[in-house]
Amino acid sequence: MGWIGDRVGVALRKSSLPTEPDTPAPSDQGRDGGASVCRHCGTPCGAAAVRNGAHVFCCHGCKTVFDLLQQHGLGRFYDLSPTPGLRVTQPADPRLFAHLDDPAVRDRLVEFSDGRFHRVTLSIPTIHCVACVWLLENLFQLREGIGRSEVNFGRRELHVTYDAQRLRLSELVALLASLGYEPVFQLGDTAQRSSPAQSVRLWLQLGVAGFAFGNVMMLSFPSYLGLEPRDSPGIRWFLGLVSLGLSLPVLLYSAADYWRAAWQALRHRTVTLDLPIAAGLLALFGQSLWEIGTQTGEGYLDSLTGLVFFLLCGRWFQNKSYERLSFDADYQAFFPLSVTRCTEQGEEVVPVARLRVGDRLRLRHGELLPADARLVEGRAEMDYSFVTGESEPVRRRPGDLLYAGGQQIGGSIVVEVVKPVSQSYLSSLWARLARPAEEHRSFQTLTNRLSRWFVAGVALVALGSAWAWGVTSGPSMALKTFTAVLIVACPCALALSAPFALGTVQRWLARNQIFLKNSQVLERLARVTTIVFDKTGTLTTAGTDRLRWVGPALSPSEQTAVRVLAEQSTHPLARQLANSLHALADEARGSTAAGWPGSPGAGLEWFREHPGRGMEGRVQGREVWLGSAYWLRARGVSIPEACMRTAHAVHVALDGVYRGSFQLQRALRRGAEALTRRLAGRFELALLSGDQPRERALFQRLLGPGAWMAFRQSPEDKQEFVRRLQQGGRVVMMVGDGLNDAGALRQSDVGVAVVEDIGAFSPASDVILEARRVAELPELLALARNAVRVVYVCFGLSLLYNAVGLTLAVQGRLSPLVAAILMPLSSVTVVSTACALGLWVGKRSGLASAHGPEGWKP
Amino acid sequence: MSVIFLLIGLSLLVAGGFLAAFVWAVRSGQYEDTGTPALRVLAEEPSAPRSRTAPACPPQPNDRNRP
Repeated sequence: MGWIGDRVGVALRKSSLPTEPDTPAPSDQGRDGGASVCRHCGTPCGAAAVRNGAHVFCCHGCKTVFDLLQQHGLGRFYDLSPTPGLRVTQPADPRLFAHLDDPAVRDRLVEFSDGRFHRVTLSIPTIHCVACVWLLENLFQLREGIGRSEVNFGRRELHVTYDAQRLRLSELVALLASLGYEPVFQLGDTAQRSSPAQSVRLWLQLGVAGFAFGNVMMLSFPSYLGLEPRDSPGIRWFLGLVSLGLSLPVLLYSAADYWRAAWQALRHRTVTLDLPIAAGLLALFGQSLWEIGTQTGEGYLDSLTGLVFFLLCGRWFQNKSYERLSFDADYQAFFPLSVTRCTEQGEEVVPVARLRVGDRLRLRHGELLPADARLVEGRAEMDYSFVTGESEPVRRRPGDLLYAGGQQIGGSIVVEVVKPVSQSYLSSLWARLARPAEEHRSFQTLTNRLSRWFVAGVALVALGSAWAWGVTSGPSMALKTFTAVLIVACPCALALSAPFALGTVQRWLARNQIFLKNSQVLERLARVTTIVFDKTGTLTTAGTDRLRWVGPALSPSEQTAVRVLAEQSTHPLARQLANSLHALADEARGSTAAGWPGSPGAGLEWFREHPGRGMEGRVQGREVWLGSAYWLRARGVSIPEACMRTAHAVHVALDGVYRGSFQLQRALRRGAEALTRRLAGRFELALLSGDQPRERALFQRLLGPGAWMAFRQSPEDKQEFVRRLQQGGRVVMMVGDGLNDAGALRQSDVGVAVVEDIGAFSPASDVILEARRVAELPELLALARNAVRVVYVCFGLSLLYNAVGLTLAVQGRLSPLVAAILMPLSSVTVVSTACALGLWVGKRSGLASAHGPEGWKP
Repeated sequence: MSVIFLLIGLSLLVAGGFLAAFVWAVRSGQYEDTGTPALRVLAEEPSAPRSRTAPACPPQPNDRNRP
């Protein structure tokens, strides 16, 4: 692609741009109060803007995409949404994706191939609007060889068919990446993707049940209305037989899952609601068969088919899952698909799966180490926050051992793999942490706890009334009453209460950007007694720490010079420095000023980065050096001894004279104080951290004197901590963000994964919450308790219907007509009450998101 | 009155046809993604016939056969 340029070159081009403030093109004027925004992506442009006629772009990447689309007659992209594009920061070179053409990798990704045409499904989390869908479905206009492409918006997936003789997979992916839609590949992909077979099956079961329900009900109309055809007595027999024929597939196919579940419950000697449902179905069918067979009545087949239909509706409602979110992410999901291997012939990109012991890998800034390895060349600064939660990078020298999961910060290094990927420290850690968490939980739902009493009560009433009738009117009446009780007690409405009440709340939350793994999470949320926080990333922010200046104050022009230089680097500290200086400059000029000052990139004459040490450059005629104290000292800057020992600092020298340092301070997340204050009274709180206990006093004050604190916790320690709490009878909610919390998140009763961006990978958890909304946890807990109250109200309502039915049944007065009315009536009222109350408690919870409905531009 | 036997049989035949259509629709994947078509219609070009359509594709694999 065209805009690959070395960094110095780009900087020089920037400095040659005009320095006066921009006069934005009329069409691009907008959101930022007059500042020009990029025609493609909507980012404020500043002086680094690139122009093309009337249009302004924030960078060459955006302009290239714009031109490309215009050339191919796809300009309509920009009519569909104001600034629909995605900023393209990385140049997309097909060589970067060369590993995708490796047959081993390609065959895993390609779903279908007839030798020439291949079909792949690519996961693209950046799809966000109508224009994206349109552009991706018109890909064929951009490049020869692309056939049909189809977007699944809900799953954020693109299905593409392409001609493998004219286009390689790497070229296709590079094209997508150059448009800003870089697909995400996961190592363990394809195998674990949820199969559509299950939802197809449910739809078919539902269709069959609905079909039979409608027709059987129609055929039952004569008997509802008491019509008795005198001249052709065979008609009743005929209608009965047709109804039987219609309800057989319902019984055998649509209700199959209930038979299986009831059988499972019997085998495990547990009592679930599936038992009375199965008993009711059996009684309904048996009674109908007998009545029709002996021509003594028309049976209860309308109730039977209706019951199954309503139950399946409940299951469909409950089954709604959020496919684009991964609640069960494996650690490998965080891993790169490929790495750069150094061989004698040069460098090549290989899939991680083909790494062997002894291979030499090159790791660049920000890349993740996929296997345990020994450092061969370069200075490693490994950030293990992903594994341990400790956010300070660890320095390593050549010869040292590096564990998988570390992220290299700074310059590039060469490492030699010492263990296969599958035997790394990280993999074995994961194997120890993983455990089947769902098994023991699934039987403890509200419904199942209630069903124990329900089953006992129904059995008592059925046997009691059968005995009473047996004594007074003989065995046939006893049997009739017994089946009547089972029929009318069939807990359809009861079974629908929890799915609809909790499902409504779950959907409401999802619309407001809080995602639950399933609706049963709400039941557990309501019982939480203890909340455990991971420190980094939840109570403190991961990326936006505050920087404090230590030293004599810098003048505004000096600050600008430092900022301009810092902006050129990708080092995290430099980025933070640039951002916070930026915010400072905005404050100084007042809020009326535009987002960017007049001349940010201007004045930069040249710069050079020294990876792992610092950077130097000349800005507005001044030599600016930023970096570590040792590096500055090595360049002849005299630094006071007291300043040498500060970790996490950027030291500044101007024209060779030491001026001071910017020191990093962990910033508490906005609202963290209010959050802990509101929770402290009602819940037991605890704090876990992989960090050093430097900030113990601060957090003790924040969480209250009674809170537990534990620092330097390994992932296993955290899991053990949660387990000990649970052994004390507590219901634990764990709030964490990284893989280092994965064990604790799984162990806890409710694991809340805090993510900076919904759609980014998160460790296995029950709730996925955006980081900026952590402060709303008390509302979420209150909503969960209200949701459970709604379930109880619905339980009460359906039990009331059951009581009415039972009184009729024990008196022997239950007719098919009464059953046919009572059963749907109870289901419909319970379902509508559940939905209405669920929505009501949701709206009252104060959790409404200001960001519009799910799925639109983030 | 015996015509009712015929009528019921016919009506079930028609209803069965609709059931078969539903089964076909589900199996051909029409219920897999119920969200995207709602967006796609918004992007439809104003003049009804699309000027260019996707080039000829190989027969699409049926979704049932997906691995």
